[in-house]
Order: sequence, then C-alpha cells, then structure tokens
Amino acid sequence: MKHDINLTVNGELYNLTVESHHTLLTILREQLVLTSVKNGCSEGECGACTVLFDGKPVNSCLVLGAEADGHEIVTAEGLTINGQLAPIQQTMIDLGGTQCGYCTPGIVMASFALLERNPNPTEQEIREGLVGNLCRCTGYTRIVDAVREAARLQRTDMTL
Amino acid sequence: MQAFDYVKAKTLEEASALLAEHNGDARPFAGATDLLIRIERGFLHPAKMVDIKNLPGFRAINALDNDWLRIGAAVTMNEVVIHRDVESRYPLLAEACQSVASYQLRNRATIGGNICNASPAADSAPALICYGAEAIIHGPQGERRVTVEDFFQGVGQTALERGELLTAIEIPPPPDGAVGRFLKLGRTTVGDISVMNVAVLGWPDENAASGASWRIVLGSVAPTPIRAPQAEKLLAGDTSPAGIEAAARAAADTARPIDDIRASAAYRTDMVRVYTRRGVEHVLAELNY
Ligand SMILES: Cc1cc2nc3c(=O)[nH]c(=O)nc-3n(C[C@H](O)[C@H](O)[C@H](O)COP(=O)(O)OP(=O)(O)OC[C@H]3O[C@@H](n4cnc5c(N)ncnc54)[C@H](O)[C@@H]3O)c2cc1C
Repeated sequence: MKHDINLTVNGELYNLTVESHHTLLTILREQLVLTSVKNGCSEGECGACTVLFDGKPVNSCLVLGAEADGHEIVTAEGLTINGQLAPIQQTMIDLGGTQCGYCTPGIVMASFALLERNPNPTEQEIREGLVGNLCRCTGYTRIVDAVREAARLQRTDMTL
Repeated sequence: MQAFDYVKAKTLEEASALLAEHNGDARPFAGATDLLIRIERGFLHPAKMVDIKNLPGFRAINALDNDWLRIGAAVTMNEVVIHRDVESRYPLLAEACQSVASYQLRNRATIGGNICNASPAADSAPALICYGAEAIIHGPQGERRVTVEDFFQGVGQTALERGELLTAIEIPPPPDGAVGRFLKLGRTTVGDISVMNVAVLGWPDENAASGASWRIVLGSVAPTPIRAPQAEKLLAGDTSPAGIEAAARAAADTARPIDDIRASAAYRTDMVRVYTRRGVEHVLAELNY
C-alpha cells in the first residue's frame, strides 16, 4: 500500500509517495538521500538513526514513513546552517568525540535535544541522556566532554 | 521488512471495525517499539496496522470528577513522567515510566502499548497495580473495565478479546500519605529491560499493627507482574528490621521466575529479596506517621 505524504525535512517541504511498511529511516536515507541517518541495529537500541520528530528525538528505525505525514523532521544535515556547524557538531570534532563516525550523527541529534531541554546538564544527566546511543570506539568520555563544552558555548552565546 | 498496510484510524468505531474485519490479521499500532521489532524478527505477520494514536482522548491525561486520573492509552512514557498530576500524586508511576529504555524510545513507547504487549517485564505495570489502576476497554459490545492486575493473563496475553482496544488507564486517588519506590535490576545501570523489578507502596494506616499498609508488586519473575500478598501482610504487622527481612523473604517465595538469557531463576529470586528489602527501607524512611 502506498501513501502520499507531505513532510518538512530540515526546513524544506517534501511531497513523497511511500510504502506503508517503509520506516522513516528508509525514507530519509533512500528517498531523500540524507545519509547522516544511520541504520545500526534496527531495534531501537543503538540510536544511530536518531532524528528529531516535531522537535523530539526518536529512533527513526521504529517510526513508519507514513507516520511523518504533516510532521517536521530534522536530521544532522539540518543542524548545519549556511555551512556553520551547530556547537555540538563542532565540539564533537574539536574534542575527539568521534572516531569511526557511524554513531556520531545520532549522538549529535540526541545531544542537541538534550541541550534544548536542559542547557546545563551534569555529567550524570549527559550520560543518562545518551543511554540510547551506543558507541564502540570512543569509550564515551570524549563524547561527554563534547556535550559539556557545547553546553558551555551555547550558554555563553546566549549571554553575549 | 515484510509488507503490511497502514491506516490512521480517526474514530473508535472505525478502529474496532478494522480490527474485527481483518480477523486478527490487523493490529493496533501505537509507538511500535515492540511491534516493528517483532515483525522484523518474523514473529508477527500482520496484514494491517491500525494506528490508534489519533483517536479522541488517546493522547490526553485528565483528572476526572471522581478524583481518578485518566491516562489515554497512547500517552508516551515521557509524557507520563513530566505530567504535573503524575509527578505530584503518582510519583511511583513516574519513576517506573522513567526507567524504560532511553529518552528517544520513551518519546514513542506508550503506556498502553506497554501493558498490551504484556511482557512480564513491562515496567509500568507494577506501579499501576500498586495504585489499583484499571484498564478501560472498548469493543464491539461497548466499554468495560478490568484491573491492570487482571488485564495481564500470561506472557504476551491480555484480557483483550478480538476487536477490543485499550482506550485508557484510570488510576484511583492514592491513599493519603502514600510513599512509593520502584527498583529495577537490569544488566546495565540505566536503560535495560528488567531482569527483575519491584514496586513498593506504603501509607499510614492506624488499623495496621505496624502503623502502615503496603502493596508490593514484582515484575519479570512470573508470567505476569504479581503481587506479593504475604509480604504485604507481614509488613502491616511488623516493620522492624527483622520484620522487613521476613517480608523480603516472603516476597522471594512468591516469585516464580525462569532461567533465561538475562538471568537465572535463582539469581532473580534472591534479588527479589534484596530489592524488596531496599524498597521497603526507602519507603519506611520517608513515611510520616
Ligand atoms: C530498545 C528497547 C528497550 C526497551 N526497554 C524497555 C524497558 O526498559 N521497559 C519496558 O517496560 N519496556 C521496554 N521496551 C519495550 C517497549 O518499548 C514498551 O513495552 C512500550 O511501552 C510499548 O509501547 P508501544 O507504544 O511502542 O507499543 P506497540 O509496539 O505499538 O504495541 C505493543 C503491543 O500492544 C498492542 N497495542 C498497543 N496499543 C494498544 C491499544 N491501545 N489497545 C490494544 N492493543 C494495543 C499492539 O498491537 C502490540 O501487540 C523496550 C523496547 C525496545 C525496543
């Protein structure tokens, strides 16, 4: 069964025809070629497919594309505005929060959402906020550092 | 993934008709965090998904005139956790829902899906049973209600008949002065499915010899979440350290766990003892009477 859907992705409106059983992850990667969205486990454990759905982080492997009709999606591509990386994207690079890079876009999205609801998280809150994102390379320490630094940058930015 | 159809139902009648018409081949579809995985793994082959999230009232939390709280079946775990009335009146439920998986998953996982999936490890269930919550069911014959305790009938089995839907969960007012504690053992500190869990609710009661009445509900140690009535009775009589230990042992005796990939039955049983004791000690320290 096919569905005609209208959705906003990274600020642009799209009209797509999608199969009922295709996940949002599949639609984003294969129909819109937004390949920052990664397929890790397909089971909601690893978080590599995390995107924002109406501003809230979700595992796009467990959402149907047809559910996104009338909704707004943001992927890691959408956090970069006029070539300017979002603070969390920049600090992940600067502080070595990324190695092989596969989990990085998902971690960036989950961290971005965490900082929206809690601009000044403790280490414990950062770790809890990222429980749904697995990384096999970094050992997490530098990811936590990157989130803390992004939080600091965003706070100083706001007081400027 | 195997192909299926998907429909967003707009009315309860439409949803019931679709579910009945497909003779069991159509499934209610909420957050899909259990459903899509079971399809992906080939355990389920539904022909049609009936999305129930947009049905009237399914995403709402309302205080009712009789002072009960009604939580729509498709309210997400995160929405339960941050709701003012849940936080102030049913903090044990907030604690339980907060313990489910990750923040991303809790934006999708619904409280209704959690109990309809009927896993013995459903983390919201022990808290709901402690509060005496009831499941509101809509079907071809109209509306009926059963306690959440009786809603669970076995592993993956609920009181729902074909064509029926869970519309909401309703929770009676908590006993005055009630204090709760939910403790969950996973393979990781945060975010894992329960190896076992326990919800403890205590409240001042002058008719109890110990000064308080208790509800103890255990998860993931039997085919359904279960109460530990013997432990509850012992605590109503005696909450000295020896009384608590006796109650914790009684709770462990109530457990009927199995060996599985997450833990052995023996380990689960002993952890029931330990976590029940810790839960009761925590509640006791906060109770004022
Ligand atoms: C990575 C991961 C971690 C998890 N961790 C936990 C955890 O820590 N604790 C925990 O308890 N669970 C956990 N779960 C399981 C799951 O997320 C929860 O059970 C969740 O609450 C299910 O809700 P849902 O809305 O996603 O249900 P769905 O998948 O949409 O539905 C589940 C079942 O209920 C039926 N159903 C749904 N709504 C209704 C309704 N209103 N009426 C009738 N039938 C209905 C569906 O047909 C299906 O059979 C985890 C799952 C994943 C993928």
